[in-house]
Amino acid sequence: MLLRSSRFAAENIPPFELKGSLFTLTVLHLFQLDRAAIERHLVEKVKQAPSFFNNTPVVIDLEGLAEPPKGLDGVDFNSLYELLRGHGMAPVGIRNGSPELQAVARQAGLPVLPDSRSSASAVKKPERTELAPIRNRIINHPVRSGQQIYAADGDLIVLGTVSAGAELIADGNIHIYGTLRGRALAGVKGDIETWIFCQSLEAELISIAGRYRISEQIDSTDWGKAVQIHLVDDRLVIDHLTR
Amino acid sequence: MATVIVVTSGKGGVGKTTTSASFATGLAQRGYRTVVIDFDVGLRNLDLIMGCERRVVYDFVNIINGEANLNQALIRDKRVENLHILPASQTRDKEALTKEGVDRVLNELRQSFEYIVCDSPAGIERGALMALYFADEALVVTNPEVSSVRDSDRILGILASRSRRAEQGDPPVKEHLVLARYAPERADRGDMLSVEDVLEILGIPLLGVIPESQTVLQSSNAGVPVILEDGSDAGTAYGDLVDRFLGKNLPHRFITPQKKGFLKRLFGKG
Repeated sequence: MLLRSSRFAAENIPPFELKGSLFTLTVLHLFQLDRAAIERHLVEKVKQAPSFFNNTPVVIDLEGLAEPPKGLDGVDFNSLYELLRGHGMAPVGIRNGSPELQAVARQAGLPVLPDSRSSASAVKKPERTELAPIRNRIINHPVRSGQQIYAADGDLIVLGTVSAGAELIADGNIHIYGTLRGRALAGVKGDIETWIFCQSLEAELISIAGRYRISEQIDSTDWGKAVQIHLVDDRLVIDHLTR
Repeated sequence: MATVIVVTSGKGGVGKTTTSASFATGLAQRGYRTVVIDFDVGLRNLDLIMGCERRVVYDFVNIINGEANLNQALIRDKRVENLHILPASQTRDKEALTKEGVDRVLNELRQSFEYIVCDSPAGIERGALMALYFADEALVVTNPEVSSVRDSDRILGILASRSRRAEQGDPPVKEHLVLARYAPERADRGDMLSVEDVLEILGIPLLGVIPESQTVLQSSNAGVPVILEDGSDAGTAYGDLVDRFLGKNLPHRFITPQKKGFLKRLFGKG
């Protein structure tokens, strides 16, 4: 025995170490503090599933707890603890609740666990099923080099010139009532029915639903012309606008 | 009410400081109380062009940091009345320019000057942003060359979106184009962009065309703003530019090739 303990000491092994671990715990969502009501409900639950309540660790969640009308004086976590122990549950801590409630719980020896951050709000978030309304964007100034303009869920209409190095992006169509020297990307969310229109095509790049052409690939007969651009059989087609 | 004018370009070496020096000198010559500020902290040049480099004691950053007052730092021009220079610091970097600090200095200058000319550093980083942020008007200096025009376009975009006027929804910064180092013969031959090309791309009013000139180099080495070189093309062009800025309606000079002599006309064609 003596030999063994000295060997331990020699190898310098500490008596314990701390490691983090994840557990699945049952959470008891407390809605009121009426001891009699809690006990009645407990007895019922235990009757339904006696094997479940066998020294089961639980966390008491106070988020749904209405503020006690008589203030915090009536709150007795010690008695709640005893009640739960008596019915086969082992409270390991509390979470949520007001800072005052948490202080009372801490005094009763119950640790405060981190808040369940988004569980409640995540459930509340309504599902968005309906389509967003079309929102067109009109730009009444020249779009300069380095600027990027995005029209989400709609068309982009530019009344001025789009400089080289500028970028227009739209979920819908793009209309330019000036010279297009920069980039124009229509239907960026994949709408192959979108079009690009401009008064003078001198673009660095044109793209519809991901199919693109850079300036080198634009025919010289289309250069500097008023054009409309659309997809036909997955290919970009440039038509001259007739007056 | 004082007017703050930024002289900017995006690209370096296009003539911002030359333009700032001559523009400020021209305004002062015409009787306006004018101060020109060098925003190029760390690469101080304006004092050289203005010929006052040996009189710099305190600088713009000293004022911002409260280490000196304005009267200590402002340098009075010896040639032109009403003209003052606020030099940049050579030993700091652009981070020394804070929005609050620049605002405070400009507000103080507004009390005693009619025109505040801000000579911007090249680039689109802090120094350039601080120089243009408080501007009421902007002289955008560009050369007849595609990269310079592209960079000026970028700066125009920044003026329209990141100046204080843009942020506060006030009327936009008034933009003026200064086309510097222009050689009409070469533009005619297609070696460089023409005035029309540049105007079509940038789409802002042309304030002046400064011809490419040996005098600019000579005068900046001599520390004399070129506007003071009487009879020089560039000096005359800057004079016109200032008059146009002040509202005179003058035709643009130096944008067409000089008339060929008799012999050249005889034999030049063909």
